[in-house]
Amino acid sequence: MATQGVTRRDILKTLAMGAAGGSVLQIIPAEAAAYVHQVVHKEKAASAAGKYAPRYFSARQYEMLTSLCDSIIPKDDHSGGAVEAGAPEFIDLLTSENEAYQLRLGGGLQWLDSFCIDRYGQTYLECAPEQRREVLDRLAYRKNARQDPTLSQGVAFFAFLRRLTCDGFYTSKIGIADLHYIGNTALGEFPGCPPMPEA
Amino acid sequence: MLQVMGSPQVYDVCVVGSGAGGGMAAKILTEGGLSVAMLEAGPPLHPEKDFKMLMWPYELPHRGAGVGGQAVKDFGEFLAPNGAWTIAGEPYTSAPGANFQWFRSRIVGGRTNHWGRIALRFSPVDFQSFTRDGLGADWPIGYEDIAPYYDRVESYIGVFGTKENVSSAPDGVFLPPPKPRCTELLVKKACDRLNIICIPSRMAILTRALNGRPPCHYCGQCGRGCTTASNFSSSQVLIPPAMQTGKLTLITGAMAREVLVGKDGKAEGVSYIDKTTRTEKRIRARVVVLAASACESARLLLNSKSAAFPDGLANSSGTVGRYLMDSVGSDGWGMFPQLEKMPPHNHDGTGGMHMYIPWWKFDRTNDFPRGYHIEMGGGREMPGVGMFNHLCHHEEGYGLSLKSRARQAYGTGIGFAGRGEMIPNPDTYCEIDPDLVDQWGIPVLRFHFKWSEYELRQARDMQETFRAIVEMAGGEYMTKTDIDGPYPYGILEGGKIIHEVGTARMGADPKTSVLNGYCQAHDVKNVFVTDGAPLATNPDKNPTLTIMALAWRASEYLLDEAKKGNL
Repeated sequence: MATQGVTRRDILKTLAMGAAGGSVLQIIPAEAAAYVHQVVHKEKAASAAGKYAPRYFSARQYEMLTSLCDSIIPKDDHSGGAVEAGAPEFIDLLTSENEAYQLRLGGGLQWLDSFCIDRYGQTYLECAPEQRREVLDRLAYRKNARQDPTLSQGVAFFAFLRRLTCDGFYTSKIGIADLHYIGNTALGEFPGCPPMPEA
Repeated sequence: MLQVMGSPQVYDVCVVGSGAGGGMAAKILTEGGLSVAMLEAGPPLHPEKDFKMLMWPYELPHRGAGVGGQAVKDFGEFLAPNGAWTIAGEPYTSAPGANFQWFRSRIVGGRTNHWGRIALRFSPVDFQSFTRDGLGADWPIGYEDIAPYYDRVESYIGVFGTKENVSSAPDGVFLPPPKPRCTELLVKKACDRLNIICIPSRMAILTRALNGRPPCHYCGQCGRGCTTASNFSSSQVLIPPAMQTGKLTLITGAMAREVLVGKDGKAEGVSYIDKTTRTEKRIRARVVVLAASACESARLLLNSKSAAFPDGLANSSGTVGRYLMDSVGSDGWGMFPQLEKMPPHNHDGTGGMHMYIPWWKFDRTNDFPRGYHIEMGGGREMPGVGMFNHLCHHEEGYGLSLKSRARQAYGTGIGFAGRGEMIPNPDTYCEIDPDLVDQWGIPVLRFHFKWSEYELRQARDMQETFRAIVEMAGGEYMTKTDIDGPYPYGILEGGKIIHEVGTARMGADPKTSVLNGYCQAHDVKNVFVTDGAPLATNPDKNPTLTIMALAWRASEYLLDEAKKGNL
């Protein structure tokens, strides 16, 4: 890949300008973006045992985030899950750049621990698998918050995280293959619609 | 004393803006032998590097969400606008209750790099609106005046479509259309049963090689910009031939501030801020063509105050900034369980729709004036951020059930977008904000905007039609809209459709219009405007094709008048 003339400094400057909102440098040259991607990969490989070093979350919060992503989209017979697809890294990256996400997710994880301590006398990660399932079964539906208003912040937090986890998963190689998307390629002619199976 | 840097050279023409209107003017004028200096407020464009064609979401660290997830509301970071609803350091304001959204692109080619490529002709009745129903204004020109230029623009840029003989959607010079997608066949069948006209769309995308440009490769990503120039953009199709004449000087990073006027009351150039050095510079020219986008050109005219023109240039009528119109927009979508059975297949096609619904109720009385067309999308598109927002919200849950539902529901949604004609009203205009300048020291625009009952009724009709089509096609209509509040029936905020036009309208009467039928200012003979500002009405057809046809016609007139020594 040609990276001559593009320094990491240039790229980070471009990204930072983009963060200011619609700056004239908002277009990130494809080449530069691919380069950043490669750098992230290299950093990941170079750190201890290839472990990703979170930008925003503390090690313990990141472990919680990872566990939640895994529960939201687990691996199955078809494909790997959200963790394998890099959803926690993606969420951590966006959160490191957005104060609203920091409140929603950082605060939400804290809320989840308090909720578990109140209920089970231990943090979310210390809870047994069936206790965690019980918690998520309650947080995963708005109707539970209507019955028990003390859940409403937790339900909102979970909905936000579920959306981001889906974004992280379905923009990954694994997630795109899971949907059997076919395309993003150059064709000579567009083939049109294949015959519809009989109802 | 600080000296303003000015080139000693006097150009024949200074064109402000490099989008559809500016690019077309530069091409025709340079090919006609004139020297042109073009000012562009953004940076140069390098399609091979800047366009993200054929990239996967996972090739970007932000996966298309942009830094901090901020790009989601601006169409995602794969698109090629280089600008958005907000630009750092270049604000605009809205009067209380107006909430106008102004989309600007700062880049060579402007918004043509990412636009939807929908290329629809206005119809003969669109030029006689006032005669027709007593609303708005008639144009000073008719369909017969612009038709030859539609022919030329279509032949040059390449537009696919079919001859259909529908009076609201005149036929043009068309390349063959691509085959319909499954989702479009489903909609077409339902429309046939509802007596709604549904025909191949008309898009500025090549289905055959044309003028040295290769045909489309059907990746479905026109909005990202096309590295092979198989769709139309000013940056790749208009600027290069202008450059080849050797007559075009393109100056990027140049934020136009004011049209300079001489003692004789004629324009003699443009002053601009060089963004790199933050210094004021000047271009001297015999003629000035504004094509900075409708509102940006209005801003320039209003900011060009002089002793001879105390209310701004070309504004003796007081109508610069008035008659601002966007398209009426309301969207909806349905889910079609029968699509779950479709085998996985390539659904990409060209960017945007292969079929659409032109205005079809022109033969009856409706409870709103004028009309709208319907665009469609959806199906097995490339997954991206936000694709399962609805599923997450609607069905909730988590784990294996969520994952298998996403797999099942993928590709079964079809979206509809109604785009209709707004009637100009006295509460909708832009003016100079008395309190604020941008980071270049240039006074900014303040917007006033209001939808009237006409537009709200149109939006209601759109929602009813979407529902009828979805239900006839055996789907479930998913969109819920409110009747009350500032945006009833899902009508979008003004500006959101990015069809803002009319702010320096053409007309026969200099007391009620800014320009004549050749886009030439009534008050100042050597000033022309060739973006969306001259449009006297904003029919339900996306304005870009008409902007280019008008720009071509205006440029030929300009060449002719220059030859005669009339400018």
